[in-house]
Amino acid sequence: MIASLVGTGLVSAGLASAGDPWWGQLFSFDNYGELLVLVRGSIVTGALLALVGGLIGVFVIQRDMAFAVHGVSEMSFAGAAAALLIGIDVVAGSMAGSIIAAVLIGLLGQRARERNSIIGVLMPFGLGLGVLFLALYPGRAANKFGLLTGQIVAVDETRVMTMSVLAAVVIGGLVLVWRPLTFASVDPEVASARGVPVRALSMVFLVLLGLAVAMAVQIVGALLVLSLLITPAAAATRLTASPVWVPVLSVTFAMVAAVGGILLALGASVPISPYITTISFIIYLVARRVGTVRLRRGWVSRESSVPS
Amino acid sequence: MRKNVLELHDAALAFGERTLWSGLDLSVASGEFITVLGPNGSGKTTLLRVALGTQPLDSGRVRVLGHPPRRGSRALGYVPQQRIVDPATPVRARDLVRMGIDGHHWGPGRHSLRERVDELLDAVGATPYADMPVGLLSGGEQQRVRIAQALAAEPEILLCDEPLLSLDLRRQDEVTALIDATRRSTGTAVLFVTHEINPVLPYTDRVLYLGPAGHAVGTPDDVLTSEHLTRLYGSPIDVISAQGRMIIVGDDVHAHHAEEHHA
Repeated sequence: MIASLVGTGLVSAGLASAGDPWWGQLFSFDNYGELLVLVRGSIVTGALLALVGGLIGVFVIQRDMAFAVHGVSEMSFAGAAAALLIGIDVVAGSMAGSIIAAVLIGLLGQRARERNSIIGVLMPFGLGLGVLFLALYPGRAANKFGLLTGQIVAVDETRVMTMSVLAAVVIGGLVLVWRPLTFASVDPEVASARGVPVRALSMVFLVLLGLAVAMAVQIVGALLVLSLLITPAAAATRLTASPVWVPVLSVTFAMVAAVGGILLALGASVPISPYITTISFIIYLVARRVGTVRLRRGWVSRESSVPS
Repeated sequence: MRKNVLELHDAALAFGERTLWSGLDLSVASGEFITVLGPNGSGKTTLLRVALGTQPLDSGRVRVLGHPPRRGSRALGYVPQQRIVDPATPVRARDLVRMGIDGHHWGPGRHSLRERVDELLDAVGATPYADMPVGLLSGGEQQRVRIAQALAAEPEILLCDEPLLSLDLRRQDEVTALIDATRRSTGTAVLFVTHEINPVLPYTDRVLYLGPAGHAVGTPDDVLTSEHLTRLYGSPIDVISAQGRMIIVGDDVHAHHAEEHHA
């Protein structure tokens, strides 16, 4: 019952009547306490996604792979749409889609330029397949739209478990490869000379990225995955270059955007993703401003402040 | 008695039909400064890759400290050709140096290596910008940091691939003097690949010149003569000495001593 209520993505469609002014549809806190209980599962899922997105975003920025994230998420969308059509679990479908995309990008696009064209080729193909599957799907329109632009999916206990396992795999994997992956991302030639398996790590990273994208598609939708997998890390790197503070800030920003977005969206009758993307964007703008001021003043006070 | 840290016997390497070099014999003693010269495409960088174990020889034998080369060997420090680092890359100078110590280990780093990193940064004079993102450093500063990174493993051989590229003359002299000081204090051998002879000339013990028609090993005075280089290039070459600088002139070398144009 709860699941099906939340599953529409329009929790309070019945609460906010059609006669309300538009801001009443955007922000409404009637019956907030009751709603909060209903979406506990979504909040937990959002927090998990923020943790995963914040961490993997650090490497997406380091490896300059924002476009790959977008490409993988379109294929993930195709997988999810296929799953919807044949009636299997949507998370399984989007995982299959994004891992296939990740492996293809890894195999065909070793160099950055090759990679971008491979992604450019895969992305519309994935999107097209997704559109086809959705057109064939006889079910509810809200489900279809949700895959692209986000919804609070039917977050029942099973779904929370699936997401937790996914998050554990991605975070565990990232922790394991953290140092050599950083080395390989920043300084591939020296890393390779020091015996770091640069190519294998690149593939491992893409698969972890695929899993993270599959998680994100469930919450913010395929088109808006970047808001949790890139924007928080991009904001963090504007503020610091410390290997400790970049991931900490990135996860914090993602957490504020994801959980904050869900909380704000609770009483509203529009999807949750605009809240997440907007918070994420505002954090980035502030970080960018602060970072620019810091750069102008000089990053650190050099003892001998000779301009180079 | 100084030991040989790198040995090549009758080594040959070809890419498809094109032979880069063959019959190459070279023994590098510890503490020795070898300058590797030659036009573009003569296999200078490839020679470093052979030592690093990332490029196998076609024939002949190579030994690093008496053993076949092995990827990831701590006996070698590597300063690769400079590449542009995006200013937004969240990596500070000290992080790059730390990667030279433990970047290849699995898992997140547990121990603080701050003292060791500070020591290495200090040794190359990079302390003032230790906490700057690498992408915000000037070319010369980046090279200092890369040298500190390469020294982290206390290598017996320092392989430097065009470390002077894109540096102005003063920085070229600074970086070369730093590498020379390092080999004197640590006893590491240096294999220095470069286009620019003059900054390294005062420090060079021996030159390995890889030419289109052969190669030569010897002291700079022996190898860098008009007669010798004419043979290595298979076309007329003039070596001119003026004011302590050496200028090499010939049809094939214009690309190769580009520094003289803006010197």
